[in-house]
Amino acid sequence: MSKKVEKDRVGMIFREEEAQEKMEVEITEVKAPGDKNSPVLIYYNWCKKCGICVAFCPTGCLGRKPDGSPYVANPDKCIHCETCDRLCPDFAITGSKNR
Amino acid sequence: MASIPQKVVHEYLRHDKKFPHVWCAGCSNGIVLGAIIRAIAEMELNRNDIVMVSGIGCSSRMPVYIDLNTLHTLHGRAIAYATGVKMYKPNMKVIVVTGDGDCTAIGGNHLIHAARRNIDLTVILINNNIYGMTGGQASPTTPHDAIATTAPYGNIEPDFDICQLAMGAGASFVARTTAFHAIETQNYVKEALNHPGFSLLEVVSACPVIYGRMNKKGSAPDMMKAMRDNSIPLTAYEKLPKEQTEGKIIRGILRREIRPEYTDEYAKLCVRAQGGDNE
Repeated sequence: MSKKVEKDRVGMIFREEEAQEKMEVEITEVKAPGDKNSPVLIYYNWCKKCGICVAFCPTGCLGRKPDGSPYVANPDKCIHCETCDRLCPDFAITGSKNR
Repeated sequence: MASIPQKVVHEYLRHDKKFPHVWCAGCSNGIVLGAIIRAIAEMELNRNDIVMVSGIGCSSRMPVYIDLNTLHTLHGRAIAYATGVKMYKPNMKVIVVTGDGDCTAIGGNHLIHAARRNIDLTVILINNNIYGMTGGQASPTTPHDAIATTAPYGNIEPDFDICQLAMGAGASFVARTTAFHAIETQNYVKEALNHPGFSLLEVVSACPVIYGRMNKKGSAPDMMKAMRDNSIPLTAYEKLPKEQTEGKIIRGILRREIRPEYTDEYAKLCVRAQGGDNE
């Protein structure tokens, strides 16, 4: 998902009159689909399916779909250790309690 | 230790850039970027007081995604630019993010002279053993016998030990960790930012798509597991006999000492040259 927003050009190298104008930039949104009660949030539009979070989940809370992306297989097993959080190279998962 | 949730990390990213980011699936650069953001968030530094400088390479793509004052400069010259920034703004924290090829091959001279001067830069060197962005040429840290595009029958050169190089050149803070140890990386980034003087943090990282594929190291999780199993802390290294520690990656703070810092010395020189009292 992406949406267009207006942003100031101040701080960029432009001519002065150009800097007064607003420019349109496209902003990608991080969307966490699914259940808000789920212990782990997965942002599927940022995930690259590398499998690191599933491989290093200490309790086996996460499982792997046939296409390689993670899903919450055992919601009760999450201990909020944030290992997936820290080891995700794509900032696409969080197991933190205060997310 | 206060935990920094992913939400805070997202706040530090530039959402007008294209996401998901440019790095391959399983590349450690994202983990290191997350660790740097968490360190900055935990130290509660003002974003306007930090400059991130990088050269060219996979890891040097980092300043594009993080919302600080950033400079994306010439290949290998990141430390030269950072020196200029630090001299003009001595109160700012200057972070240099660089790769092994960028920093030790093309910018090797800048590295050793910045270390010799002991200027207060924080160099985070992400060592993936290869030139990833340009297609897998052998870099100065490619291990002996490893396959690279320019070494299809195995690399015949011995590799650099970057921490030894920096210590030999006189860096006052030298540490090494791996991308698998994300909390340790975060702590060392904090220590390096707090250290007054040149600090070099080598982060051994995985390049599963170029280096891993050519050398049959397996998938991204396999390379992460190898980093976990093949590295030992410095305290264990000192205790264990030599046979058990051979070929292992030593993690830890290898050197920390306080020496006169370059911008401080320059400020003193300015006072002296203007005829003022030095002390």
